[in-house]
Amino acid sequence: MNEKDNRKIEIRAGIRDRARTIGTYLFLSLWGIIVLFPFYWMMLSSVKSYGSYNSEYVPKFFTLTPTMENYITAFTAVPLARYFLNTLIFTVVTTAIMMIVVILSAFAFARLDFKGKDIVFSMFLSLMMIPNELVIITNFVTITNLNLRNTFMGLILPSVTSVFYIYLLKENFEQIPEELYKAAKVDGTSDFRYLWKVMLPISKPTIVTITILKVIECWNSYVWPRLITDDSNYFLVSNGIQEIRENGFGRENVPAMMAAVVVISVPLVVLFLIFRHKIMAGVARGGTKG
Amino acid sequence: MKKNLTAWLCLLPALLFLLVFMVYPLVDVLIYSFEEGFNFASGRFFGTGFYNYSYVLHDPFFIQALKNTFIIVIITVPLSTGIALLISMELSSIKFLRDLFQTIYFLPYVTNTLAVGLVFMILFKKTAYSDGLISLLIQVFGGPSVDFIGGPYWAKMFVMCFYTIWIVLPFKILILTSALASVNPMYYKAAQIDATPKWRVFYKITLPMISPMVFYLVITGFIGAFKAYSDEVALFGTDLNAAGMNTIVGYVYDMLYGNSGGYPSYASAAALILFTIVFTITTINLLVSKKTVYYN
Repeated sequence: MNEKDNRKIEIRAGIRDRARTIGTYLFLSLWGIIVLFPFYWMMLSSVKSYGSYNSEYVPKFFTLTPTMENYITAFTAVPLARYFLNTLIFTVVTTAIMMIVVILSAFAFARLDFKGKDIVFSMFLSLMMIPNELVIITNFVTITNLNLRNTFMGLILPSVTSVFYIYLLKENFEQIPEELYKAAKVDGTSDFRYLWKVMLPISKPTIVTITILKVIECWNSYVWPRLITDDSNYFLVSNGIQEIRENGFGRENVPAMMAAVVVISVPLVVLFLIFRHKIMAGVARGGTKG
Repeated sequence: MKKNLTAWLCLLPALLFLLVFMVYPLVDVLIYSFEEGFNFASGRFFGTGFYNYSYVLHDPFFIQALKNTFIIVIITVPLSTGIALLISMELSSIKFLRDLFQTIYFLPYVTNTLAVGLVFMILFKKTAYSDGLISLLIQVFGGPSVDFIGGPYWAKMFVMCFYTIWIVLPFKILILTSALASVNPMYYKAAQIDATPKWRVFYKITLPMISPMVFYLVITGFIGAFKAYSDEVALFGTDLNAAGMNTIVGYVYDMLYGNSGGYPSYASAAALILFTIVFTITTINLLVSKKTVYYN
């Protein structure tokens, strides 16, 4: 009698557990679909022909006659390749210069002794609180007065320093035992050689993180490029897509627009899929968007 | 002495860039905001005082932007934090497929807001050819046909908030999942031995343990939502005033640049008003957290 009751209770608990697990997976899948659906939709729409897209009052969820013509239109009707190249140049140059600036400052703060170090560092930290929106007005005026609108210089210069990344890297540099530095000094190694041969290799994970975060930021930046460029020869992809939307293929050519969107999204998605663990760990450690 | 020199040389580039592009602008924006009738072309102004602030605060476009921004903040910050908490709790309770789900959920973080916003626009917009997928879906369930992009205010606001949440969730889910993973499992085992009900475990163990991270997300969430702009442009185009969907940051940029631009003084005043609001809210948040957040 007692044993029977116990088994009944066990079975009931088992059913409840299983129901809960199924519920969990259903819920997670539902959100997964909400996240993935826009990506699916842009790829789907980009391979529908112009005619078939516009004839579907109720859009179909698949297509049996995929076409590549929209991708050809995207590259020929608007200068998509140029937007792409601009963004690539902008991203690579900005990230490279920023890495040099950040590494040098972090090195100075972490390993070198100089008068006023603490004061300068706390001034740096207090700058972290300043929102970009507050300084962008004057920067716009500065760049305009320097006649740097519609140039790469104007695009790049204001975004090559980041107090936050200096802080992040400095913390990392400081974890390297000071004995190593002293030993190197005894051997007569110069500061820069030590930085290059010892500190950078040890801090590689942080450097990779910062680089990835900056690349994502550059690739997606919109506001500053929009302010500083009105010549479409210097548009980045974000501004390009906005231009395409407003004056591009003629408003109604949605499939071509979607093809452009796919082309723009692919590089970062691929980068993410390759480095996903690194990127996610990096963002968890110190990323905020924008 | 030589050592001092090396250090300053290392710092020189950073110092230079920060001075030109952060410190000087910070002073300058304050000056701009008090220069009345500043003309961008001639560089002249005719007085100093609070006129710019008064102009901005009486501008119906600014009031509209203020209202939109506050609605976005009030809806998206609690909702996105709540949903993220729910998703990460469920995510932590499974093992099978967990990595796959995590990867998928993070995808919106690495996408270009403007590009994906275009897809959302297509899904929600009513055109001559089609009512738009979402509207058709609503009609299947017997609802009315709604144009979410060019239609009534609440419909536009719905898309706006939905898209904002879609964009900010990856970051929050990531932070909360790693916070949940770092809770010492001993606490849960102890609770299990005492047969503590699940909701009680959540309120008495999980929530207090991850409260610093939840709080961090709330603060950054507030700051981020107050600065909403790109997402709006992605959905409604660059002329946000015409769509009635402008935000404070959008107002600043409109005043600075474009067809309605050329008024850096008004832009500065609006930017400083925004900064004051964000600063106040963040201070309040910090005060509240001192009483509620549990730090080891």
